[in-house]
Amino acid sequence: MTARAARILSSLVAVALTAACTNYYEIPIETPIRPKLDVSAFQRVLVAGFISGGTEDVDGNLETTRLLRSQLRSKSEMRVIDTDVLPLMDVAAEGQGTETAIETSPAGVPAPIKDDKDLEPYEHLFADVAYWKKVGEEYQQPLIVTGTVMFAPQQRAGIVQRDQEVYDSLGRRRVVPVRTYMERKGFVLKPRFVFIDGRTGAVLHSENFREEILYNANQTTPALSSYFELMDRLIPSFLSTLSSQKIKGTRVLLQ
Amino acid sequence: MRALSALVVTLLALSAAPLAADARTDAKKQIEFGISVAQRGLWREAIYRWERAATIDPTYAAAHNNLAIAYEHEGDLDKARAAYEKAIELEPNNAFIKQNYELFKEINDRTSRQDSQ
Repeated sequence: MTARAARILSSLVAVALTAACTNYYEIPIETPIRPKLDVSAFQRVLVAGFISGGTEDVDGNLETTRLLRSQLRSKSEMRVIDTDVLPLMDVAAEGQGTETAIETSPAGVPAPIKDDKDLEPYEHLFADVAYWKKVGEEYQQPLIVTGTVMFAPQQRAGIVQRDQEVYDSLGRRRVVPVRTYMERKGFVLKPRFVFIDGRTGAVLHSENFREEILYNANQTTPALSSYFELMDRLIPSFLSTLSSQKIKGTRVLLQ
Repeated sequence: MRALSALVVTLLALSAAPLAADARTDAKKQIEFGISVAQRGLWREAIYRWERAATIDPTYAAAHNNLAIAYEHEGDLDKARAAYEKAIELEPNNAFIKQNYELFKEINDRTSRQDSQ
């Protein structure tokens, strides 16, 4: 028996013993979580676009913009502005300083972003108050959502614990934990959401997330479906920045 | 004189026991009423009843546990934590209170982690 199983079992025994000598009532509750950002001053939200990189299989900029717009349309009270995604990589390359040179092709197209280090030269864009103020003026001073999205393949090998069914001589089934060496591959998603005040161009709030998924090495999962699976995990946290959320649960009232 | 003092102390102790029992009985009535209104979704009335119960009998762990749940439902997480901690202090081995508190901490930790990012 694992330590975790022993803990769960002892907790269940304790609850059963307490239940035997206490009057109790299970009750469903909904805990409201206040939004992290006060967005009452904004009627509109513009998901402007993202600086993205990692893999060429998924356009992180386009997919993230599309997904966040659709989520905000159904789960936020603000009006979502429908417009073309801003070419932020080109904007950043045009307005870059001399210290953080963005690599470009002879035609002036920024080189693909492969890892976190490649993102650094683009960071100055989010602090460009004049640029974001201009964008804000163009779209009637909305809340602007932008940032970076890194979605990259990853590979990992090591010891993994998994449950295995075994049958004894009497044919009884048992599940035992087995530790095996496995090679796994998957994806890691690292978005950074930046919230900008369209009236002033200043950054109001920013937050980083990291989610990863690993599959057996012989399993083939399309990059786009992994991207959506990982985004699905962090969408509630993204939404809780802008609108209040309710977390459902059950508690025990005592008499 | 010593015998008289002992008699007075004994009488005082004997009269205090029914007073404590009365307080628990009164508090229990508030608790029961609070549960019945909470089950109908009237959480503010439930809070009022359980706050009264905790005032009548501050050693009643159930009053603090139920108050904590009601505060949680109202989104007042600071008050909920304080009430859970009081309930656990009074009944450290009560598995229901501990289970409620663990579930509360999960939500509370998640929101404070988000705030710090």
